[in-house]
Amino acid sequence: MEKITHFIKTFLLWELLKGMALTGRYMFARNITVHFPEEKTPQSFRFRGLHAQRRYANGEERCIGCKLCEAVCPALAIKIETEERADGTRRTTLYDIDLVKCIFCGFCEEACPVDAIVETRILEYHGEKRGDLYYTKEMLLAVGDKYEAQIAKDRAADAPYR
Amino acid sequence: MEAQVLHFFQWFWDLFGLWNLVWSFVEPIWPLIWTLIKIVVIIIPLMLGVAYLTYAERKILAYMQVRVGPNRVGYYGLLQPIADGIKLLFKELIVPIRSNKFLFAFAPVMVLAPALAAWAVVPFSDGLVLANINAGLLFILSMTSIGVYGVIIAGWSSNSKYAFLGAMRSAAQMVSYELPMGFALVCVLLAAQSMNLTDIVLGQQSKAGLFGWYIVPLFPMFVVYLISGVAETNRAPFDMAEGESEIVAGFHVEYSGMGFALFFLGEYANMILIAALTTLFFLGGWLNPFHGWPLLGALTDFVPGIVWLLAKIFFILFLFLWFRATFPRYRYDQLMRLGWKILIPLTLVWVVVVAAWMQTPYWFWSPVQG
Repeated sequence: MEKITHFIKTFLLWELLKGMALTGRYMFARNITVHFPEEKTPQSFRFRGLHAQRRYANGEERCIGCKLCEAVCPALAIKIETEERADGTRRTTLYDIDLVKCIFCGFCEEACPVDAIVETRILEYHGEKRGDLYYTKEMLLAVGDKYEAQIAKDRAADAPYR
Repeated sequence: MEAQVLHFFQWFWDLFGLWNLVWSFVEPIWPLIWTLIKIVVIIIPLMLGVAYLTYAERKILAYMQVRVGPNRVGYYGLLQPIADGIKLLFKELIVPIRSNKFLFAFAPVMVLAPALAAWAVVPFSDGLVLANINAGLLFILSMTSIGVYGVIIAGWSSNSKYAFLGAMRSAAQMVSYELPMGFALVCVLLAAQSMNLTDIVLGQQSKAGLFGWYIVPLFPMFVVYLISGVAETNRAPFDMAEGESEIVAGFHVEYSGMGFALFFLGEYANMILIAALTTLFFLGGWLNPFHGWPLLGALTDFVPGIVWLLAKIFFILFLFLWFRATFPRYRYDQLMRLGWKILIPLTLVWVVVVAAWMQTPYWFWSPVQG
């Protein structure tokens, strides 16, 4: 009996019609597309976007040149050179992140003992020629200076979970 | 119609007082010019239709997949096909070095031209047809069969494994599905007792409106024709010839720019053609589906025939897009099995059934004489 109904259903294209009914229904379903430049999805405070170097409130840069981020970086995107400053502290002379190599895993941020290298919420940036996405220390510090308020707020929001 | 157009030209050239001079040159070749005018009047809306069919396809597929589709170029993306066309026009034409250059350039034309040529015998309304020939059905069958040469030539001349495999597949597919298509048309032929497309449509005219159409007695043939039509135009779910996921794009992998655009146009022109033919053979062409019905018939009889024809073509095209949104691609052997072991026997049986049915008093679809 089952064989017969199966045969008849095959001939009447029953399953095909069922499939078409489904797609037909979905034609009138609400679209879930986010119209990107006009609409944006909500971001987490843990969003890992463009990198930034932070400073303390007195203007001193946080980074102490411990190279933990360079060591942990799985994509080998970070390059650091350090020297001893006149006041006896160790600071970086070179801190480059190649954003073309970076995979935005957030390990550098995680490894940093002084919260100097952070990833911000910024995701809309671009380079127009080769090398534009090779960020130097000055560029990273500039990003940090510009978005410090947002960065500090995100760190504070994340602090209870650390 | 011809007289009005001539009259307009006379009025136009008389503005400059040159009509007699112009006419003395034009008169001997006027029939040629008049035919060319008619061809242009058919081809231009057809090409626009093809362009906007691609847009409709993207939009409808998108909505069925809960997306929005193209919406950046113009309002609701309405200029998208034009943007695509311009892009393809300006792209570099790449010709593979070890290809057969002449055939490589010739193949896209070979695909597109028959799809357009077949429109010569398609009647848009009673008497509104470019060539009202009595063997119209044969002309259609031969024209739709020629398209397969373009595919084979394209696959062979580009000298690439993928293109050749795709060409072999689609050639076998198109030849196989030509048969059930032809047999389905034999049923129509039996019912209409004519090969003239205008007569076939007029044979479906009755006081019963849409119940007089051949889709009623020949419903299985309608389904077979639609399925083979989808296979014939290499559309999903029978798009093995392209098979993006297996052989990248089949016979037209090596084509770029305008060559590719011509294949694209050919495919969509073929789709429109198959939709138009399905409409003519099974859905009563330009006939009003409510003709002869109480009230509804009287209310809708003022609508011009071409509007009904276009509405029916749109419906069939929508079905084509709906199929694409719904069904996964067939495997090659499944496709061949469906064609040879199911569709062809089915059509053969139905030819006999129709022939026998026509001998009984229960056949109500005979063409009305006169």
